[in-house]
Amino acid sequence: MSHATLLPKPSSLRGATLPKWFSSAVAAGSVALGLGISSAAGLHSDIQWGLIAAVLFVVLSYGISAKVEGSRQAKDRTATSLVWVAFLLAVVPLASLIWETVERGVKVLDVYFLTHSMGVVADTEPGGGIYHAILGTLEQVGLAALISVPVGVLTAIYLVEYGRGRLAKAVTFFVDVMTGIPSIVAGLFILSLWVLILKMGPSGFAGSMALSILMIPIVVRSTEEMLKLVPNELREASLALGVPKWRTILKVVLPTSVGGITTGVMLAVARITGETAPVLLLVWVTNYINTNPFKDPQASLPMYIYLQYMNSAGSGAAYDRAWAAALTLIAFIMILNLVAQGIARWKAPKTGR
Amino acid sequence: MAKRIDVSGLNAYYGSFLAIEDISMTVEPRSVTAFIGPSGCGKSTFLRTLNRMHEVTPGGRVEGKVMLDEENLYGAGIDPVAVRREVGMVFQRPNPFPTMSVYDNVAAGLRLNGKHKKSELDDVVEKSLKGANLWNEVKDRLNKPGSGLSGGQQQRLCIARAIAVEPNVLLMDEPCSALDPISTLAIEDLIGELKEQFTIVIVTHNMQQAARVSDRTAFFNLAAVGQPGKLIELDDTERIFSNPSVQATEDYISGRFG
Ligand SMILES: Nc1ncnc2c1ncn2[C@@H]1O[C@H](COP(=O)(O)OP(=O)(O)OP(=O)(O)O)[C@@H](O)[C@H]1O
Ligand SMILES: [Mg+2]
Repeated sequence: MSHATLLPKPSSLRGATLPKWFSSAVAAGSVALGLGISSAAGLHSDIQWGLIAAVLFVVLSYGISAKVEGSRQAKDRTATSLVWVAFLLAVVPLASLIWETVERGVKVLDVYFLTHSMGVVADTEPGGGIYHAILGTLEQVGLAALISVPVGVLTAIYLVEYGRGRLAKAVTFFVDVMTGIPSIVAGLFILSLWVLILKMGPSGFAGSMALSILMIPIVVRSTEEMLKLVPNELREASLALGVPKWRTILKVVLPTSVGGITTGVMLAVARITGETAPVLLLVWVTNYINTNPFKDPQASLPMYIYLQYMNSAGSGAAYDRAWAAALTLIAFIMILNLVAQGIARWKAPKTGR
Repeated sequence: MAKRIDVSGLNAYYGSFLAIEDISMTVEPRSVTAFIGPSGCGKSTFLRTLNRMHEVTPGGRVEGKVMLDEENLYGAGIDPVAVRREVGMVFQRPNPFPTMSVYDNVAAGLRLNGKHKKSELDDVVEKSLKGANLWNEVKDRLNKPGSGLSGGQQQRLCIARAIAVEPNVLLMDEPCSALDPISTLAIEDLIGELKEQFTIVIVTHNMQQAARVSDRTAFFNLAAVGQPGKLIELDDTERIFSNPSVQATEDYISGRFG
């Protein structure tokens, strides 16, 4: 009796486990090995030793863990290490992109740059700025959002709350098709309609129409998903109070999902802000400030970046301006994302006391 | 205020599936009627035909007559929205509106129907919360989210929300099935008080509960899975539980099947 209590019995619930630092140690070891192997073999590319280290990391974690912990834990570790490797593969290019852009972009990015146009500056000279391009992008994207958000949200409401039968199927089908339209085709479509048939000149608004072709399906899809997340019980609770259906949608369904819908809209805006092809076809470009999106060519950030980069031959000034504009564009999109998250959090259904 | 419900020859379908067949019964005003029966026999379906919520389900269809006093709910030109204002409903799972505070939840029915005067709303909210035995627990947190209450409090909040629009009839579909015994007792007491004013119909799987709260009890059954559910008998609760006239009822109540 007393013997049994003194000696702890081997527990079937406990097995050999590797220490917590095991994974980090294997990661460090694989990186060192990867570097060693590639320098020994005379490889110089960062990508090569990185991939070698990644493969080593996965194989080593599995091998060691299988020896010590058993096969189930080893599989678990393999899955975990694969996830980590995939994560790094995705993040490294992104981080290096942001790093490059910030490094090259900050050189000329200042208040002067943000508040002046290229009106009196030749592309090869230093100076000038992107005010006209920011203005153009904001107006074009704003107009596109103004067209797309009502159309997209209402379409989604129709599909989720009312749509039955053939019409709903057809609408869903066309939204799917629109999702796949390449931006250049959207641009060509508006070009043939607006410029060739209606004989209108290039303008910011023409670009907005093409952009909204790209934006509408994104808004429809994301809004649809958000509306589907609203539990049916809430709709029934409201209907059972004697509230008409349209009021139920307006006062119960939409408020419950408005955070998610806004996030979707912001992401759609972020997505079309960087579009170049339709702008190239329909808005053209100018070095001057044009505040009227309904008449004459307008500048935009993507076109500005492209043209400055193209014209930078032998001119560091234009090259720097291109990167600074790229940095502005990325910053704008990031701010949009942050705002979207903020709104989502602010509007999320509240719990807590 | 309370009204009599008189159902005759009622069939309800989901698409082509006949869920309940040929139901006729009378529900007396100012009384509690309990529906009991095995799972899937169509109690919820029948309950939802009484305030035209059945047709909200895709494919839902109803034949027959439901008279609310003198008016046939399924007659020509009847507005289902108006019906639902007269016949309120409390669901099995508490479902307060998550974006609204306690106050707004109770006021929702009135507000959503276009009543906005602050002083009026204040009165109704207080009266309804008191009616639902919730006022003392929430009077200091009226502006906190309704979903922050406990399950039992949420269910009483839903009852308060339903009685705030002053319906004539209150339908409750297993209102206590997600609640602990104490909250259950609170709601049973509440039902006893509410029947002074409303006609109450309650679906329950709990025989003791049916025996405790109801004046009359209806037993539903179905011949086999896939067959439509039917009303077997409706009688005074005491009789149903002591000396039912149909053998199947006795079997069900004594636990021999179902
Ligand atoms: N939305 C629906 N679509 C199709 N059939 C349904 C639907 N809801 C219920 N049914 C069917 O109708 C019949 C009656 O269901 P109902 O929910 O009314 O049963 P119930 O008596 O309330 O059961 P429970 O006691 O389990 O709640 C069942 O056969 C069920 O499968
Ligand atoms: Mg049910």
